[in-house]
Amino acid sequence: MTEVTGSWASGLQGEAGHVALADWQELQRRSRRENIGRAWYKFSRNPLSVAGLVIVLTIVLLAVLAPYVTPYPHHAGPFTDFANAKLPPNPRYLFGTDTIGRDILTRVIFGFQDALLMGIVVLALVVPPGVLLGLVAGYNQGTWIDTVIMRITDIFLAVPPLILALAIASVLKPNLMNSMMAVSLMWWPWYTRLVYGLTSQLRNEYFVKSAETLGASKAHILFREILPNCVSPIFTKMSLDMGWVILIGSALSFVGLGVQPPKPGLGTMVADGARYLPDQWWIPVFPALGIVVIVLGFNLLGDGLRDLLAAEEV
Amino acid sequence: MAWSPSEMTLGDQATLFKELAMRLVTFILRRALHSIFVLLGLSVVIFGISRILPGDPARMAVGARAPQWVVDNLRAQMHLDEPLFVQYGYWLADAVQGKFGISLVTRREVAEDIKEFFPATLELALFAGILMGGFGILLGTISAQHKDRWIDNVVRVLSYLGVVTPAFVFAIIFMLVFGYWLKWLPTIGRLSEGLTRPPVITGLMTVDALLAGDLVVFWDALKHLILPAVALAMGGLAQEARITRATMSDNLTKDYIAAERALGIPERVIMGKYLLKPSLIPTVSILGLDFAGTLSSAFLVELIFNWPGISRYGINAMLRKDLNAIAAVILVLGVVFIVVNIIVDIVVAYLDPRIRLSAERSE
Amino acid sequence: MVRMDTPPLLEVRDLQVHFKVFGGHLKVLDGVNMIVRAGEKVGLVGESGCGKTTTMKAILRILPQPPAKIVGGQVLFRGQDVLRMRPDELRQIRGRGISMIFQDPTAALNPVFTIGQQLGDVIRYSHRNGRLDARQIQLKALQSLKEVALADPERLLHSYPIQLSGGMRQRVCIAMALATQPELLIADEPGTSLDVTIQDQILRLLHNLVVERNTSIILITHTLGVVREVTDRVYVMYAGSIVESAPTKTLFANPMFPYTRGLMQSVPRLSGGGVAEGIPGRIPNYLHPPSGCRFHPRCPHVMEICRREKPPMFTVGEEHYVACYLYAC
Repeated sequence: MTEVTGSWASGLQGEAGHVALADWQELQRRSRRENIGRAWYKFSRNPLSVAGLVIVLTIVLLAVLAPYVTPYPHHAGPFTDFANAKLPPNPRYLFGTDTIGRDILTRVIFGFQDALLMGIVVLALVVPPGVLLGLVAGYNQGTWIDTVIMRITDIFLAVPPLILALAIASVLKPNLMNSMMAVSLMWWPWYTRLVYGLTSQLRNEYFVKSAETLGASKAHILFREILPNCVSPIFTKMSLDMGWVILIGSALSFVGLGVQPPKPGLGTMVADGARYLPDQWWIPVFPALGIVVIVLGFNLLGDGLRDLLAAEEV
Repeated sequence: MAWSPSEMTLGDQATLFKELAMRLVTFILRRALHSIFVLLGLSVVIFGISRILPGDPARMAVGARAPQWVVDNLRAQMHLDEPLFVQYGYWLADAVQGKFGISLVTRREVAEDIKEFFPATLELALFAGILMGGFGILLGTISAQHKDRWIDNVVRVLSYLGVVTPAFVFAIIFMLVFGYWLKWLPTIGRLSEGLTRPPVITGLMTVDALLAGDLVVFWDALKHLILPAVALAMGGLAQEARITRATMSDNLTKDYIAAERALGIPERVIMGKYLLKPSLIPTVSILGLDFAGTLSSAFLVELIFNWPGISRYGINAMLRKDLNAIAAVILVLGVVFIVVNIIVDIVVAYLDPRIRLSAERSE
Repeated sequence: MVRMDTPPLLEVRDLQVHFKVFGGHLKVLDGVNMIVRAGEKVGLVGESGCGKTTTMKAILRILPQPPAKIVGGQVLFRGQDVLRMRPDELRQIRGRGISMIFQDPTAALNPVFTIGQQLGDVIRYSHRNGRLDARQIQLKALQSLKEVALADPERLLHSYPIQLSGGMRQRVCIAMALATQPELLIADEPGTSLDVTIQDQILRLLHNLVVERNTSIILITHTLGVVREVTDRVYVMYAGSIVESAPTKTLFANPMFPYTRGLMQSVPRLSGGGVAEGIPGRIPNYLHPPSGCRFHPRCPHVMEICRREKPPMFTVGEEHYVACYLYAC
């Protein structure tokens, strides 16, 4: 069963009267530290999870430090150098240059910036409302509140997410901000459904029942009793979703509805480069590999987290 | 109403089967009813999308240089002066009859366009779906039966890469390797130049060619189909392989497999029947989701391979803000997706008596 | 009747099985030796986790490998080593030669096939001469369901396991195991998961069926009363090896291995009064099992040699063997 982390546990203080409050808090702190240590040990035993973590950290670092670590930072913008255009990979330009002479390696690394930004912003926009709706619907299972929320969720889940996102993005002005909005509008129902399932089980647990009997407020039950027990699945899903959101984002920019040139978007670069196949194959292939690596990293990390949390529940 | 053998009257087989058939019909009806509701909701969303656009849809439709009276006429025609929910009523009434208006891009009835382009997408998606299910289950099975040997590890690594690589990346890599470098397969369109289309019966080029008995066209159409279909199928295929491997290797350790072995049932019967059926349940349930992925990715893959399907049509409509066409494309794909999911539910209920019987109990 | 002069039907020699787990190998079976003669009813007792089920699954080669691995020993069925058989030879043994009733009838029945489909295939593939047609299979299936006293067998054939009660599932499992007409039946704690009255009914039914057909049986059970009532001979297992074997009467009259004695004392008796004593301590860790005799950490009579060397089997009476240095001459 899920580890119960509801705050009612702190009610034990009263029963164990001889334990002073400070000692109790110290004890809790220590056991939390131990848990983290044990979790890290377990996580580090799986080489694939560690590989995922390394990939994700590397990409984040590269993206943050892009202006300092890339060989030609000014190539990230509207720069042209026709003398060096369409060069295949060589020691000066490891990934080659594009049709107007910009270094592809530099542009791929700068492309990570918007890719990560997309993932972070979308998840930040999506998770709070999605989780909240799921909590409310799950706790009020069987009432009209449940029906309304979950039927609306069904509607959004009835169409593959990319298709509606494309449609929404297409009627808005094509730019990164609007593509984030479009993906966010499509993504919240997944969290609602996840949390709904968890909540409708948890609400029948004894620790929730006892909090109800003690007259705890609804807010207390939802946020202090139920929510803490949903945190691990939510985090796992977020880690996996970072990859998928970035993938959808790159799909949007592939068709020209996302990051706009001259800013380097990974999807945009693949789409533009595809026109120069097969002769300048490096123009689309390296940005495409960039997308694969970033999605791979978040997936490995997410799978590692899931295994870790699943193992803890045993 | 619950029933268990002890509560039933003796030897009443006919009633039993009639009851089962009735339940299946009820199940499908309930599913269909729910789907109609979902489609209605979807239509509201689509209508909403077509109205979030700032500006006047009538002005957009006729262009900036058209005189004001043309715009006014069109506004009246499109009921744009009425309140929003009345507009939605008119729009929905038309949509149900398949009237989506004129496409701004092709200047034809949208319904005509859909009729022309949809079969190409259907052909692609069906072929991809068959590859996905067939090869996914096959690879997963091989992997599970050679668990932790080298072939299992190869399948696992490949399926992981398959899951994380977007279809449009596969499309570009396949195009480059098999189309340009090795020159094995064509990369553009559905048919080579110089060949004539077979008479349209189903709209699926390969099937029509076979029906017309034209093997040359069939072979050519099939070759055109392979690269885009494989690129589309890869993600789902990898996903299916992973799920099948996981369930199968889990089920292999179950007591009932050991019991069937202990009772002398041949290994091939165990593998092909007693292990396969329970292991397919999660795989088939996921197929519905993977099919959604296929429909999504078709938008990009059709663009790359210049495949004249509804998704390429949809993308072009989106890029030119052709609202009538966008609405129709989304609605059609929504219907396809819902139908596929109903089929998946029925297949799962067929495979798993536990779902059938527990659904009955809860009623 | 049991004949002592013929070669044994089943002979297990020095069977060793390890389980690979994270961080090493569990040495679960540490040299098991057993004999079952034609027509003999043998009991196998020992606490949970001592390797009874593993031994039985190893005999039929149905242990999941990996993680299990048979690292040594022989399983001779009618003189042939089961562990070295080709798949087609093995198939002749499974079902027709040896069949098995599993501990948990719910887990042992495939949830997505009807009873008729499962029982039918068991009958089809264990039939010895020629092929049976569908009608014959159905008749035989009905017959074997009737034999285990199940009502309304026609409907049962079309039912799925979840539609049956626990007791009915157990009866179906017995019907399937006997439908192959085995020479040796392995019954792994039949009915343990059921309530006591039904368990009793099931054991009686099983006993009658086995006696009627003169099938050999290895009965694994925790209920010593049942062992006393229905078996000819008993093996006592502790932590992966046989520690004592004797004719049933002898064992109950004169248990010798310290663990067996504890076992006998832990049976609550209606007449004796008082609380069962039980055996202090726990079953050992298989990753790092105790050296020498694996019982030594719990043994009240432990000696120096017990810690160093694994005791061999000492003969202490007619057909009575004990693996304990207390009885070394």
